[in-house]
Formats: sequence, C-alpha cells, structure tokens
Amino acid sequence: MRPRRPGSRAALIGAAAAFVVAAALVSVFVGAANLNPVAVATAMAGKVPFLGVHSGLSPLDSAVLFQIRLPRIVLGALVGALLAVTGAGYQGVFRNPLVDSGMLGASAGAGLGATIAIVYLGGLGPAVVPVAAFTGSLAGVAIASLAGAIGAARGSLGSGTATLLLAGIAVGMFLTAAQTVVLQRSAQVLQQVYSWLLGSLSGASWQQVIEILPYAGVSVAVILLHGRHLDVLSVGDDEARALGINPQAVRAIAIGSCALAAAAAVAVSGLIGFVGIIVPHVARRLAGPSYLMVLPLSLLGGAGFLVLADTLARTVLAPSELPIGVVTALIGAPAFIWVLRGTRAVDT
Amino acid sequence: MTGLAVQDLFVTLDQTQVLHGVSCQTPPGGWLCLIGPNGAGKSTVLRAAAGLLTYGGTIRLGEADLGSLRGRARARAIAYVPQAPVLPPDMLVADYVLLGRTPHLGYLSRPGRRDRLVAEAALGQLDVSQFTGRRLEQMSGGERQRVVLARALAAEPSVLLLDEPTSMLDIGHQQQVLELVDGLRRSAGLTVVSTLHDLTIAGQYADELVLLNAGRVAAAGSAAAVLTPDLIAQVYSARVEVRKGHDGRPVVAPVRNVQ
Repeated sequence: MRPRRPGSRAALIGAAAAFVVAAALVSVFVGAANLNPVAVATAMAGKVPFLGVHSGLSPLDSAVLFQIRLPRIVLGALVGALLAVTGAGYQGVFRNPLVDSGMLGASAGAGLGATIAIVYLGGLGPAVVPVAAFTGSLAGVAIASLAGAIGAARGSLGSGTATLLLAGIAVGMFLTAAQTVVLQRSAQVLQQVYSWLLGSLSGASWQQVIEILPYAGVSVAVILLHGRHLDVLSVGDDEARALGINPQAVRAIAIGSCALAAAAAVAVSGLIGFVGIIVPHVARRLAGPSYLMVLPLSLLGGAGFLVLADTLARTVLAPSELPIGVVTALIGAPAFIWVLRGTRAVDT
Repeated sequence: MTGLAVQDLFVTLDQTQVLHGVSCQTPPGGWLCLIGPNGAGKSTVLRAAAGLLTYGGTIRLGEADLGSLRGRARARAIAYVPQAPVLPPDMLVADYVLLGRTPHLGYLSRPGRRDRLVAEAALGQLDVSQFTGRRLEQMSGGERQRVVLARALAAEPSVLLLDEPTSMLDIGHQQQVLELVDGLRRSAGLTVVSTLHDLTIAGQYADELVLLNAGRVAAAGSAAAVLTPDLIAQVYSARVEVRKGHDGRPVVAPVRNVQ
C-alpha cells in the first residue's frame, strides 16, 4: 500500500504538483466575472515577451485576470504551502501529528498584533496590519519558546518538548485574553478585527506576494533541508544524539523557520486553521512517515488545497465572500475527526 | 579494531552521584559485560560511553579520548542500542536501518547508494532482509531486536554498546540474538560492551564480567572469578548456588529458602 520504490515517490510528487496546477486552473475560470478559457490562454501567452500574441480579453476582464484573480491564486498557493509545511515541521519537532501551524503562540500573537494595529494604529493606513501581525506572530513564538525553556530548565518533563507545547498553550491564551481587553475598549472596530481573524485573501495583490516571498523562500528552504534530521528525531533524543545529531539544535532551527513561515502566511491572510494538520496527515497516509516525503508533499498539497478553499470562499455565497478560515474549518473540522480516528497514542 | 577503556568514571544525575570512580576495559574484539543489581549504574556507564551524559574521568576509544571526539565522529565509532529503543510504528524497516547511516552523512547530504548498500548488508547479516518493506509495528519482539541491531551495524562502528539487548526476549530468542552478536564480534572484530541481567548467560558470552554495586566495581574478571555464591549473596542479597556447566562456565541457579 505504501510506496517503496523511488519511482513511486517521484510519481507522488508529480501528482501533487498536478493537483496544484489543476486547482489553479479551476480557480482562474470560476468566479463572478466569467472568463473565457481560450481568451485567458491567449491573454497569458500575450504576457510572454516577443510572442506577439494579442490578448483576447477585454480590458476589464484583463484587469480581473491579472490584477485580481491571478495574484489571489498565487498568494493563496503560497499561504497554503507555508501553513502546511509549518504544520508538518512542527509535527516533526514535537513528534505529534496533531500540532498545527498556529501553535506556540503564533496565531494568538498575530491576532493581538493585528488588533493593536487596527485599534491604535488605524491612522497609519491598512499596510500596518500585516506588519503588526507578522511581528506579533514571531513575538508570540519567541515568548512561548522562552517560557518553555525556563519551564524545561526547572521542571521535569523530559526533553522539554512537552513543556514547550504547554507553554505555547498558556502564552496563546494570555495573548488572546490581552487581545480581548484591547477590543473591549474599542467596540467600533469589532467587525474589522473579526473579519481579519477569520482569514481572507480578498485583498490579495502582487505587492503582497512580493513582500512575503523572501520570508517564504528562506523558511521553506531551511525546513525542507531538515527533513532527514526530523526523521532522526523520531527515534527520540537519546538515540538521535547517539547517532551524532544535536536534537536541541535541530529543534531550534526548525521552530525558528516554521515560526517565520507561519508569520509570513498570517501577515497576508489572517488566521487560517486546520491546513497545517490535514494536509500533512494526508501526505503521511500517502507516502509514509518520512519527512523527506511529508514536507514536499505538504508544500504542494497545502498550495492546492488552499487555492480550492479560497475558490469556494469567494463563490459559494457570491457576490459576498465567506471568510476562508470558515471554509477550511468547515472542511477541516470533520477531516480532523477523521485524523483523530486514525491516530495512535503519541508521546511528546 | 578498537578497544574501550573506562578510567575512574564519575557521573552525577539530578544532583545524585550514581558512579563513583568506575574503571573497566576491553581489548579490541572483546566482549565486556556489566552486571549488577537494578540501579547499580550499568546503563549509566553505557550512556556515558555513548556520549549521552557529562562525566568525570576518561573514556578512551583505542588511542583517542572520547571527550575530544565531536558528535558525528563519536557516533561513527560507537553504536548504542538502548534497552527500550524508540521504534516509530509507521516507519519502514528499510528507512529505520538507513537511519544508522546518519553519522556518515554531511549536514545537508542525503543517504546515497553506498549508504543503502551498507544498510542492506546489515539487514542481511541479521537475517532480516525479507522485512525491509514492513512497518516496525508489524515486527515481533525478536525481529525488532534484530532490526535494531541492524541499524546499529549500519553505522559500521568499531564498538557496539548494548543495554539489556535480551530483556524483551524469550530464552530461545535471547540465545539467537547473542549468538548473532558473538558471530559479528568474531567475524568483524567488533568490540562489544553490554549489560545483561541473566548471570548465567552473561558468563557464557562475555570474556570479562564487571560486577557493579551502587556505582562502584565490586568485582571484575572471568565468569568463574565473578560469579561466586558469596559475591552474589553480598551484592544482590540473593541465595544462589553456582555449578559448573558442561563447558566449564558457571551456571547460576536461584535457591528457594524453604522454611
């Protein structure tokens, strides 16, 4: 049932890549402005220099395609890839398949950051919210890591990963409480904060793609390069160390790059849950537990999954939009129960 | 071919001193067995030699001081099999054994053709080649122990540290695993340092027994010298009689106190 030959591993990666392309194609053609497939193809060809193909789209359709729909698809793919890879990376670090990309205070920190920006820094314009969410997310992980390190140094919970997870939960709750305090004082922005918290790609632009690309590139590259090290961690710290690997160093590098990836995603999309759990789980079901496969498959699967989820988000209730976080939760919660059903007892 | 020499080993865990100056050694290709009651410090000696804890004293690997070797170099020379290895249930046997190649891989490199060949050879040596496509959870206790040993051998170590390698096995599988280890020692010149609970079996396989008691060496030497009723009574508080087996090695038999 599980693939063993290198050939079938390449086939799985190929299938996942095809899934991304298919999801993008579906998303291009579905929407309020019905775009003609042939016209879209010629319009795309027209963007290639020296081909001399003229766009078959009207100027309005052309703007819909190139300025609204395509950046949204690319941004959605990027965010989905980041969330899924982060989830998979954290699952390797904590040896627990139920850990998500928003843990360790990342989501709560982003939420607090965005809320503070909306409530107190609204005068500086909308561009301040992503920066605040990005900073808040990283700060949340930093505080949780610090709390976890202090707890692990004084406590007795083994290698410290369990302490870190618990510290992350506590820090997350604290930051969420702080966010509520801020919100209570300014109920008039409730709607705006609320819609940010539920996640949306409706403001997607090429500008946002370019802004998060460096963070996404660096963090994903570092995570993918540590797949083998995460596999070694799966036999526990003692045996990993006896094999010449430094588990603390691997965990620190992986957590740092996962935190960066999650912060980049949350900055442009708000809080989108479940992607980081479901996608790696499906990857694991298809390819087995090795992170050499789970990480790249999650990257591609997450990209395709979020593009499809976003297509649903903007079409199901058209002309109004459903928050994408609601769509992933509606699909994700039942899927999560399916994950639980097939999950063994885990140790952290 | 490298021997192992432990000199004046001190270890403190959680502010409790658990080893108080333990010394023992084995020549290249030898089998040193640590025995002693629960909590005597047997596993701690192995964990120190595997580089898993900080210690006072010296551990020499051939000519080299273990403390001067960094992670990967030490891991290439010394393979460690804990008493209860962590076996990820979903992992394939082939992937698990390939983890044994970790000490030979550069930080960013991945296992290559030679690594796969060595891993396959290790599986063959332990007669588990037919299980490569199975998941670890599908293996029986005896098969698992052989797969774990195959992972250790895949590192091509010169010293093999085995912490209670037979504790989960019935007597037949115990003999099977220990014969395999003994064969590897003779054919490949592997140096073996193990702990074993069963004193008779320890005496049958090891060249040198070291009896630990409360973090100190109570006795060391051949099986005949260490496995005496008096020493065992004194260290284990156990009543035993020691007979001579047909190979001349001691057989330790418990004696029930009949009122």
